[in-house]
Amino acid sequence: MSISTNIWVWIAALLTLAIYSFLYKDNVFYKIAEKILVGVSIGYLLSVYWHNTIIAKVWNPLVQDKNFLVIIPLILGLLMFSRLFKGRAYISRIPIAFVVGTATGMSVPSSFENLFKQVQGTMPTVFSFGNIVILVGVITTLVYFFFSLEHKGFIGKVSKVGITFIMIGFGAAFGATIMARISLFIGRIQFLLRDWLGVIQ
Amino acid sequence: MKKLCYLLLIMLLVGAYPALHAQTGTMPLDPDTAYSDTIPTEIVLRAEDTPNDAGSAITVTWECNDNLPSGLITIVRINGEEESIVAEDLMLTKEQVRDTDVADDKEYSYYGIITSPDNKYYRTKDSNPAKSEAQWFNTDRTDSFVAVLFITLVFVWFIQQAKKGKSFYIRKINGLDAIEEAVGRSTEMGKPIMYILGIGYVTDIPTIAGLTILSRVAKKAAEYDTSVLVPCYDPVVMTTAQEVVKESFTEAGRPDAYQKEDTMYITQDQFGYAAGVDGMMMREKPGAVFLQGLFFAESLILAETGHSIGAIQIAGTTETAQLPFFVAACDYTLIGEEMMAASVYMDKNPLMLGSIVAEDMVKVLIIVILFIGLLLGILGPGLGIDIFNNWFEWLIRII
Repeated sequence: MSISTNIWVWIAALLTLAIYSFLYKDNVFYKIAEKILVGVSIGYLLSVYWHNTIIAKVWNPLVQDKNFLVIIPLILGLLMFSRLFKGRAYISRIPIAFVVGTATGMSVPSSFENLFKQVQGTMPTVFSFGNIVILVGVITTLVYFFFSLEHKGFIGKVSKVGITFIMIGFGAAFGATIMARISLFIGRIQFLLRDWLGVIQ
Repeated sequence: MKKLCYLLLIMLLVGAYPALHAQTGTMPLDPDTAYSDTIPTEIVLRAEDTPNDAGSAITVTWECNDNLPSGLITIVRINGEEESIVAEDLMLTKEQVRDTDVADDKEYSYYGIITSPDNKYYRTKDSNPAKSEAQWFNTDRTDSFVAVLFITLVFVWFIQQAKKGKSFYIRKINGLDAIEEAVGRSTEMGKPIMYILGIGYVTDIPTIAGLTILSRVAKKAAEYDTSVLVPCYDPVVMTTAQEVVKESFTEAGRPDAYQKEDTMYITQDQFGYAAGVDGMMMREKPGAVFLQGLFFAESLILAETGHSIGAIQIAGTTETAQLPFFVAACDYTLIGEEMMAASVYMDKNPLMLGSIVAEDMVKVLIIVILFIGLLLGILGPGLGIDIFNNWFEWLIRII
């Protein structure tokens, strides 16, 4: 057993234990770790935005490359600060509307491409049991998402088959994700026992 | 003595320079001195503007069809007197590289330096000159364009039907019916409501759907005089959520009850956000928790904490990997498109109901295409009948 002498390993280990203490109940150690995590992440992200956005996307193109088109997004960004002035806060709706509208428009072609890929992927190129199950699953799931028809009679039965397929899919996804989470937990325990306490090799 | 040391140091640096230079692996760019005169294979480089892009890209292609299949090629851009490497040591079999570091409407040509398996260099002839330019229309997306036009027509037709007075039906969505119950329960307990929009941005469709549901929840909360806590991951989402809550309180006739500070920014770090929201949940103990938006790995952490404090939970997301956790830990879950239908369901606006019917018609169309694909798949690739095989391939191609 050789306990770590690295101060950073100690800090990481104690913060890990502080976060895990939440499993017992909300307590002062969790509160300290929570505040550190939130505060450090905000500070870190602020510096990332400063370098990757303000410097790289505004200052350098404007001052070094003399690309004055950057002024348009710069003004839109600055309009967000109107929220600081009572009575002028509504101006911030302009950049928000621009961002939401542009992103929604841009998502249209990619959404259709995804739709086509899914339809194409469902087409059975080989007549097999697996392919038929996929096809039945897709069609019944689509029926479950019919909103303008009452789910009664034939439609009701088909949509029940659809929700059964959905739940089977959820069960499989749940199991797979839990396995991934357990491997993350094992990684943390290994850190505590090996890197910090030196109990295991 | 000191001078001698300096002299030795300079000699050492001068002597070490070629070795250091060789270590970097930089290839000499002068064809007259470094390359073999004979090219064992006639590789011709062709340069052309990359089609269907926003400009600033030229595609360089070549054919590797003879005795250098395992050779490497370095593509060099010629810009007047200036030469620079575009891509280094590519497999000759790659046969294509895209130069994305060019200016539009400026001529460039290229040559390749081929490294043979026995480590000899050969220089190809210069390619044809080419200019890059942006295209207005991406022909690769013609199918999407046609689909958008068709689906728009379907939507317009059904909305017109609604305008003419035709009434449409929308089925029951339990999760949305439970909103009033959840808000009422919180009010009775004298506790606030917590509305979590997840870690999406305002450009994500689930976040926009979450904001729509927030307007309904906030209006109900204002009517019942209950506060709504909205911890946010993104500053722009926070700003939008503040506007939504404020408008809902005003619509409910309670603008005085609106508290701007109740819609707050936490952090833009995924687990920092989860830790912050969890802590807030434990301290504020909301009677109802809404998880509506885009969620990833933090979904179960949030839903489990909400469950542990005994809050009624209504979740909704389009992330299929996170839905199982919501189904397991929450009282009601809006699955994928149910979330998108929320705005129509809550308002029951006849025009918007028309759009829901149009959406269902598109699903019917997809089912029809799948059935046609099944039939053609059985008769074509399955039974090997040529004509159906051709039709099946044609169907796959147009999709």
